[in-house]
Amino acid sequence: MKLSVFIFCCLNLLAGCTTQPNTSLYQQLGERAGLEKLTDSFIAQIGNDNQVFHYFEHSNISHFRQGFISHLCSLAEGPCEYKGDSMVAIHTGMNINEKDFNHVVDLLINAMNEQNIPHTVQNKILAKMAPLRGEIIKI
Amino acid sequence: MYIKFLLSMSLLLCSTLSVAATGKLLATPGVSQIEGSAGGGLVPWAQLAGYASEDEWAVNGFCSRADVTDYRLDACGMQLNLFNRVELSYAVQQFDVPALNTEIEQSITGAKVRLYGDIVYSQWPQLSVGVQHKSLEDGTVAKLVGAKNTSGTDVYLAASKLHLGALAGYNWFWNVTTRYSKANQLGLLGYGGANEGSHILLEASSAVFLSRELAVGIEYRQKANNLGLGEQDWRDLFIAWIPNKHMSVTAAYLDLGRIAGVNNQTGWYLSVTGYW
Repeated sequence: MKLSVFIFCCLNLLAGCTTQPNTSLYQQLGERAGLEKLTDSFIAQIGNDNQVFHYFEHSNISHFRQGFISHLCSLAEGPCEYKGDSMVAIHTGMNINEKDFNHVVDLLINAMNEQNIPHTVQNKILAKMAPLRGEIIKI
Repeated sequence: MYIKFLLSMSLLLCSTLSVAATGKLLATPGVSQIEGSAGGGLVPWAQLAGYASEDEWAVNGFCSRADVTDYRLDACGMQLNLFNRVELSYAVQQFDVPALNTEIEQSITGAKVRLYGDIVYSQWPQLSVGVQHKSLEDGTVAKLVGAKNTSGTDVYLAASKLHLGALAGYNWFWNVTTRYSKANQLGLLGYGGANEGSHILLEASSAVFLSRELAVGIEYRQKANNLGLGEQDWRDLFIAWIPNKHMSVTAAYLDLGRIAGVNNQTGWYLSVTGYW
């Protein structure tokens, strides 16, 4: 009992420290400029990676950049609508496995760390992206 | 002795392998529980040990020590993860009772099969079924305290889920395990007894990740009182540090209640797992 009260208090403390009322996820990610910097870091991470670079080898970087920024913006409920190709259309034929998918998640986390995006904000955008995995891997 | 041999053999084997499994996200395999399965400290979880995804295999080794008021338990073991579908484990426990100058040794062979899901990505929790076959080296003490058998097999069903950003942006993990067991104090005091009741026991864990590398949590493990010695449920408060996909360190404060007639067995737990 004492233990659970203690844990509950700790969690409240955490919540108190990080809740930013009236701040959308889009704003917490630094709005348009923040998403652009994050995407550039992510592209650099992929470019320097031996394990997954081959998936991106034939992509048009500026097309990917625009698509990724607008997709993130729309997932973060920013003032944009993602109008690019569907996740299924983009990834069909790539046959991305679980390991490589998670490796790309690791690279995105590296990019978010590089951009000093707070841990809790990172988790919130990852939570929005995670349900898309089924439309991306093994197709 | 045997386990040291096994561990050094595995180290040797693994040092010759250049490719380690890294297909899961950091910390998502959990750590090693006291009977050798992937889990927390006390409770086996639905995750399979190690960083193998469905195209990989992984080998892990661990050692743990639980030091409470009147007893000490050491456990070392290994796990093999095959394609994130099957986990095979082997562990040896040494239970020291300094007051009686007695040492009880038990070996545990485990298997776990992932039935459904992924703790991060699937809509429903990851679900696994497992067995732990345990056997005492020398059943003298177990028989002395009234146990019916000196070996036994536990069967468990575990469900677990990691909720990304669920607690004010922090990742929240939970696991619930239902176990069928006749074991007395993990089996260290044998199996069954004159006071046997239900063999269905409930176990649960919950943790919050303060960062990618650091989690704090609690565990609960229901215990049966088959021997009529007042065996009590176990609980702990733990902190796990997972700096990379090659190692984890877990420390915990334990409250193991009454053990073999001695009350208030509280103390410390430390566990290290290496992943290849």
